[in-house]
Amino acid sequence: MSALSGWSWALDGWIVAAGVLCAVASTLLGNFLVLRKMSMLGDAITHAILPGLAVAFFLSDSRSSIPMFLGAVIVGVLTAMFTEWIRGIGKVDEGASMGVVFTSLFALGLVMIVQAADHVDLDPGCVLYGAIELTPLDTWDIAGYEIPRAVATLSIVATINLLFVVLFLKELKISSFDPALATTAGFHAGWMHYMLMVLVAVTAVASFESVGNILVVAMFVVPPAAAYMLTDRLSWMLVISVVLAGLSAVLGHVGALVVPEAFGYRSTTTAGMMAVAAGAIFVLAAAFGPRHGVVVRMARQRMLSWRILAEDVIALLYRSEEQGGTTGLSRAELQLRLLSSRTWTELVLAWLRLRDMVTRSGDRHRLTEQGMALATELVRSHRLWEEYLVSRAGVTVERTHEKAEQLEHFTDSRLRGRLDEETQTPRVDPHGKAIPSEPAGKGPVGSASE
Amino acid sequence: MNVVNADERRQRALPPVRGPMRAERSGRGLWHCAAVVSIALGLWLASGDECGAEPVDTHRTITDRSVEWPTGKQWSRVLLLKDYNSRVVIVGTTLLGCAAGMVGSFTLLRRRALMGDALSHAALPGIALAFIVATVLGGDGKSLPILLGGATVSGLLGVGAILLIRNLTRLKEDAALGIVLSVFFGAGVALMGVIQQMETGHAAGLEAFIYGKTASMGAGDARLIGGAAFFCVAVCLLLMKELKLLCFDEEFAGSRGMPVLRLDMALMGLVVLVSIIGLQAVGLVLMVALLVIPAAAARFWTERMGRMVLIAAVLGAAGGMLGAATSALFSKLPSGAMIVLVCALFFVASMFAGSARGVLLRWWRRIRLNRGVDRQHLLRAMYEIPEFSAGEMPDATDSPAAVSVGDLLTMRSWSRRRLRREIRRAVRENLLRRCGDDRVGLTGAGFEQAARLTRQHRLWELYLITHAEIAPSRVDRDADAIEHVLEPEVVAELERLLEQGRGAAGLPASPHGLAGSTASPPAPAEAK
Repeated sequence: MSALSGWSWALDGWIVAAGVLCAVASTLLGNFLVLRKMSMLGDAITHAILPGLAVAFFLSDSRSSIPMFLGAVIVGVLTAMFTEWIRGIGKVDEGASMGVVFTSLFALGLVMIVQAADHVDLDPGCVLYGAIELTPLDTWDIAGYEIPRAVATLSIVATINLLFVVLFLKELKISSFDPALATTAGFHAGWMHYMLMVLVAVTAVASFESVGNILVVAMFVVPPAAAYMLTDRLSWMLVISVVLAGLSAVLGHVGALVVPEAFGYRSTTTAGMMAVAAGAIFVLAAAFGPRHGVVVRMARQRMLSWRILAEDVIALLYRSEEQGGTTGLSRAELQLRLLSSRTWTELVLAWLRLRDMVTRSGDRHRLTEQGMALATELVRSHRLWEEYLVSRAGVTVERTHEKAEQLEHFTDSRLRGRLDEETQTPRVDPHGKAIPSEPAGKGPVGSASE
Repeated sequence: MNVVNADERRQRALPPVRGPMRAERSGRGLWHCAAVVSIALGLWLASGDECGAEPVDTHRTITDRSVEWPTGKQWSRVLLLKDYNSRVVIVGTTLLGCAAGMVGSFTLLRRRALMGDALSHAALPGIALAFIVATVLGGDGKSLPILLGGATVSGLLGVGAILLIRNLTRLKEDAALGIVLSVFFGAGVALMGVIQQMETGHAAGLEAFIYGKTASMGAGDARLIGGAAFFCVAVCLLLMKELKLLCFDEEFAGSRGMPVLRLDMALMGLVVLVSIIGLQAVGLVLMVALLVIPAAAARFWTERMGRMVLIAAVLGAAGGMLGAATSALFSKLPSGAMIVLVCALFFVASMFAGSARGVLLRWWRRIRLNRGVDRQHLLRAMYEIPEFSAGEMPDATDSPAAVSVGDLLTMRSWSRRRLRREIRRAVRENLLRRCGDDRVGLTGAGFEQAARLTRQHRLWELYLITHAEIAPSRVDRDADAIEHVLEPEVVAELERLLEQGRGAAGLPASPHGLAGSTASPPAPAEAK
């Protein structure tokens, strides 16, 4: 943490402030870009504004901000329009038309800048990287306070974006999810689209010179994508993405100071590290998101298959006893019949013994009293389902077993009662096997409720 | 989940999948020959030394040429590839354009046009890390194989990340591309920041990977590009059939037992290879252009995959050649950007003039269709108005009824100008004739056509009423839309269904309340 000893609020504070403002401004709009499947637009626009800068420079013959800003915004909006136009008229895939437009504009800008290179230093590197570290050096005097220019402009942009999103939330929502409905509801989805495009261009242009385009591009996509993994509601997605964006800006700057220090270097590019921090947050969200997280989903599936395997073991033991087998079944036999792996079978058996469902003598497994109760429920569910499928759903007898095999794991005593009622309390199932009666005592035991 | 799947499937099925792209069987042998030849060429190019190279003209480099407009001598030097530098650059960019066009057309059809964009950005951290590691270990950080190796590894990691995000989460392809692009590039930028401070060397040379250094391309670079380009072309040609199937119907390819995932990886590997070779030649953004633009332009010219790949390769090569040549001739035009601009020019030209899906072609088709529809409506009106007023249609040959323009105007919501234009055209083609003061009548040929069209219209109406149970008051508009595209076979089928023998019952009466429904106008002589 020695790197942070040099932390000064006058410098680092402003850098972080600029980063957070840029991140929040971009993320607010980025949510809608991700939802509209236009995530690459931020990247396209930030590259394509180059000719706008060059033309503005040629026309105004200066490097003053306002013409450059206007030129860049106009070209940014043109990028979105050209993309849309080529897609519509030329029937080209959206990604391809975007690729054609932004690379061509970038090349055009490059040629123009080289023509101007004798007169002025317009460095494409500056356009791409930006220099967030220089933020505190370029200040404006506002109401007696020295405020960095980048912070001032970015807070204006962030405010505009926030107002836009808050005021037009309903319209944005409808036009993102269902443009046709938006049109029938009385406002033009195309207008929302173009307003969004204008703001994306404004945000990209306002950000790129102060913080670099890589940060903008990252913040347009990554925090909204992370928020999308965490929630299903748009308003929550907006809030979460803004929080994550701010967090990744702060972490990014800290990381830029701390991480290189660990390897013996001084600090590195803050904007790059902010993008990396956002990426790390996305990875966490994608892995551990409560509903859509990859790891969480996998764990949930594993738990389900564990429960089903345990229940299958118990039902199989019941059937073997029903057919007169008094010795129980061995681990190898169970494994063979259930097509499971050795480790899993052993683990499940150990777990069942722990829960006092199964006893073992030598290598033979038998049901305990408690196991028998659960097995009766399962087999009863299975056979009732078979009966129901044949008598009420018209499924042929040969095909009922597989269906019932799936359904038995999700059937509780109430559903069994209803099935029993619907099929007029049968004694035997379609295969001629006896349907056991509901075990005495309370409802489902133990593992079924896992 | 199902919704998503259905949606994806629809999207995948939307593009020209069902289009008339067919496998060219006869061309297979040819493709294989070409592949073998290009492998041989690639090996020769990659291993051979500067065969027949002129000594380097040290006095003259591309960068210090100060003439505004090239002299005739320069023209000939560049165009005839006499200048060593220009030759290297032009050959290099041509080969690169060719390979990129080819690989790009597959990614375009797989709707992954921007994959190259994400990948070439994703290569940056690999380059930077390779530089750092090599330098720290005491090697030469700027040696090309090490840097390209690093780039390839991180490019492939990028591909893996994209595929993982797309397959495991509910995010779509575009978000996956955006995430990988920005995060990897951010990491690269951060690593570059570290490199700037290393005592052993600075990152000046690495910048070339982002902006390209086309003009200072050396013979070694050109050979590398040449070898890689021929390798890509050869792989594309050898796997043509498999890749084609992958692009158009992934599920079908899977069901035919093709290793879809491995094919996909192979294609992505080609993209990585081309992008990384191209990165240092034309720079990051411009490499994306070479992957996207020629392929997108080629799509306008053909509906057949083999031809599309060929055209894309030719366009890419031409773009590379012309762009590099222009840049060599004019001192202040950067070559990478010029290549892209030439390609963009090709794209615009193809988009408008393309012979398969070009905009002009489609406009022209639409105009022609609209005119045909207008003509048919006019002729039908010319038939129905007299029938409506007189109760029966007089015979075509002796006294076809003349109709006033005013009556015709009430039939359709047409402007007077549009109607006059249609009449003028019909008169010119001898279907209508003018009968003095604003009245027109059908000629013999016109009458025949008009009767046929009216018959089609009414057959369809009858069909809708009897077989589709649509109310008689609503059939007119439905029939209006379809009557122009009824094939003769369909008409015959309608006749059979409705038991309207062609000669016997003649032209059916209008089912919806035109006057004189009892009249049965004579059947046209050739009522197809």
